[in-house]
Amino acid sequence: MSAAIAAAPSLRTPVRYEEAVIKKFTVATVFWGVTGFLVGVVIAWQLAFPALNLGLEWTTFGRLRPLHTSAVIFAFGGNALLGTSLYVVQRTCRTHLFGGPAFANFIFWGYQLFIVMAASGYVLGITQSKEYAEPEWYVDIWLTIVWVCYLICFAGTLIRRQEPHIYVANWFYLAFILTIAMLHIVNNLAVPVSFTGTKSYIYWSGVQDAMTQWWYGHNAVGFFLTAGFLGIMYYFIPKQANRPVYSYRLSIVHFWTLIFLYIWAGPHHLHYTALPDWAQTLGMIFSIMLWMPSWGGMINGIMTLSGAWDKLRTDPILRFLVVSVAFYGMSTFEGPMMAIKAVNSLSHYTDWTIGHVHSGALGWVAFVSFGAIYFLVPKLWNRERLYSLRLVTYHFWIATIGIVLYITAMWISGIMQGLMWRAYDTLGFLQYSFIETVEAMHPYYVIRATGGTMFLLGSLIMVYNVWKTIRGDLRHEAAFAQPVRIVTGAAE
Amino acid sequence: MESTGIMEWLHPLWLVWLVILFAVVVWWAYRPKNKHRFEEDARIPFQDEGEGKEDGR
Amino acid sequence: MRISHAIFEKNVIVLIIGILVTVSIGGLVQLVPLFTMEQTIEKVEGVRPYSPLELMGRNIYIREGCYLCHSQMIRPFRDEAERFGHYSLAAESMYDHPFQWGSKRTGPDLARVGGKYSNEWHVAHLIDPRSVVPESIMPPYAFLAHKDLPFDDIADHLKALRITGVPYTDEEIADARKDVIAQATGGDADTSGVAQRYPKAVMGDFDGDPTRITEMDALVAYLQMLGTLVDFKDYRPAADYR
Repeated sequence: MSAAIAAAPSLRTPVRYEEAVIKKFTVATVFWGVTGFLVGVVIAWQLAFPALNLGLEWTTFGRLRPLHTSAVIFAFGGNALLGTSLYVVQRTCRTHLFGGPAFANFIFWGYQLFIVMAASGYVLGITQSKEYAEPEWYVDIWLTIVWVCYLICFAGTLIRRQEPHIYVANWFYLAFILTIAMLHIVNNLAVPVSFTGTKSYIYWSGVQDAMTQWWYGHNAVGFFLTAGFLGIMYYFIPKQANRPVYSYRLSIVHFWTLIFLYIWAGPHHLHYTALPDWAQTLGMIFSIMLWMPSWGGMINGIMTLSGAWDKLRTDPILRFLVVSVAFYGMSTFEGPMMAIKAVNSLSHYTDWTIGHVHSGALGWVAFVSFGAIYFLVPKLWNRERLYSLRLVTYHFWIATIGIVLYITAMWISGIMQGLMWRAYDTLGFLQYSFIETVEAMHPYYVIRATGGTMFLLGSLIMVYNVWKTIRGDLRHEAAFAQPVRIVTGAAE
Repeated sequence: MESTGIMEWLHPLWLVWLVILFAVVVWWAYRPKNKHRFEEDARIPFQDEGEGKEDGR
Repeated sequence: MRISHAIFEKNVIVLIIGILVTVSIGGLVQLVPLFTMEQTIEKVEGVRPYSPLELMGRNIYIREGCYLCHSQMIRPFRDEAERFGHYSLAAESMYDHPFQWGSKRTGPDLARVGGKYSNEWHVAHLIDPRSVVPESIMPPYAFLAHKDLPFDDIADHLKALRITGVPYTDEEIADARKDVIAQATGGDADTSGVAQRYPKAVMGDFDGDPTRITEMDALVAYLQMLGTLVDFKDYRPAADYR
């Protein structure tokens, strides 16, 4: 890092980027993605056919559900975020990683160890029962160590950058890293029963614990599944579309308003509970306001294509990225709506919430990650292009149909069950017993599980495509859509 | 808790804080003086191809 | 274009501070007052720490992820009151480390399930849910009846909870092991100590096997006390609450 280079940033000195670790993160993302989807499919079928719980203590829904959520959020999503962030920060700072390959490798393997410790614990029944923060105290401490190293690596790379300005994607990544650290530590404060055992008791209790948990839980969505992945959006959509982001100024307003507003929205998970009213009201107001920066970001992502819409037809990778932003827009409209107390009184405790989460998780988080993976694999392994773009198109359509089946089934079952719970007959008695409302869910659980299975199949196509690309194979194929504009010209 | 005093003071002011913060961010982002700078910033992702293929633009 | 390195570094630090301040405000305004405001938790009679057996049962409830399908938080709506009982009070979970309010009702709310069904029903239902509720989609938990409850370290559990603020006395910690045995045996055992230390605790051999104390005993003991502590005949909500 010589002063000469810093003095002349326009001089393109080839930088030796640290990419071996990015390759590992990319492969881990694919691996954990498929694992997490598979567990999700299993538990979806369990809800439709309870015999699939197998009567074993390790395979019940209650133990596998945290395995599913942690595998998709922290293993799939986490590896995607760590990998892309360390890729993007190098490229946009035009410098290699702070701490060198050994430090980067420690972060990678340390993070995988966290995943394995957490996952094995769930199956054995080791959990603190806080949703999306289930790992016990010893796993939490280990994650804290790895996370601090990750922060040092990321911020250290930013500090020694060769580019005067910090690109906006890095802002989002940095907010994600810092806020997750804060949430993780506060929410997981616990007193271990013994230092040789796994069990601990959370320091917080009752209503305070509930508020702390959903302050954490909602901002795990806000900063892990949103801010972090917006970092992906702000780098990979411009790169794949080969044009700068629609409005860089909007991205700045987007960033500060989003991180300011998100942190307040947690109490909407606790509407009509024993949480004091003033906190519920604050949560509702901020959740509704959150709609604005969310859509600002969506517009920014989608409008990056303005003037190049034809690429959506010809480039299936870009289609993944842009459709992910459309799903982001959809679920960030649905979210504020569900945070309105009147709507929440119907939707809370039902499958509507599950559907909402999955339109964000499958449509936004997974799709934008798939786009980034398809972008990264040929670049990292130095291939001319992906093995097959047709397979990307197949993946896209199978996964999209899967999502549509999933979320429509959950809308119907959620709203239906919510209405059944509050239905009264003409004599003023509750019309349905609880178990009747459970029975009514069955067809929708089958449809949902089918949608999830399709999503899993799509990801297996991705595995094959990525594997062949890494091996160096190229499939000779004609593109589905040619970038010709005869038809458009005739129509004008 | 000693922070109670500060919290009580801050509590009615959160809306004011929010508006001020928002105004400052918007002012900074949309100041004509910064226009050029931000257009440059938006091109940062395209300046990295020191090795491998050129990505154009 | 000459830019000094110090400013770069400063910028990252400035950005970090800016982010931390921005994301801290909401948390401070929402979290801190919950600990300091008097009216967060209403004052009611009857709420007490869990008896050692109930606590062990609660830990099994947590271990099996019951909270993923069963809420313990009744909202103040007419249909919920008729289906599940009086809406839940903050005071009722004041000794819950962690809380078990849940977020999904794949199965019914359990906040007031205590006393609604017999021990025999609970055991049969946990062993094979579809034997008593044919349409149920709950997993079977037959293994609970075969596993001895490990409670040698029960005193350590109470001690850990005391650090978090649960008012277990020295006497309760010293007698914790004895209390587990007495409560899970019922019948001939001397249960007066448990009854005095933990009013309304349900005594008895819950799982129908008096020769051993199983995880089933503990879980049913927990389920049978849920929501039974507050006597709502005497409860009058404060005018300014909710």
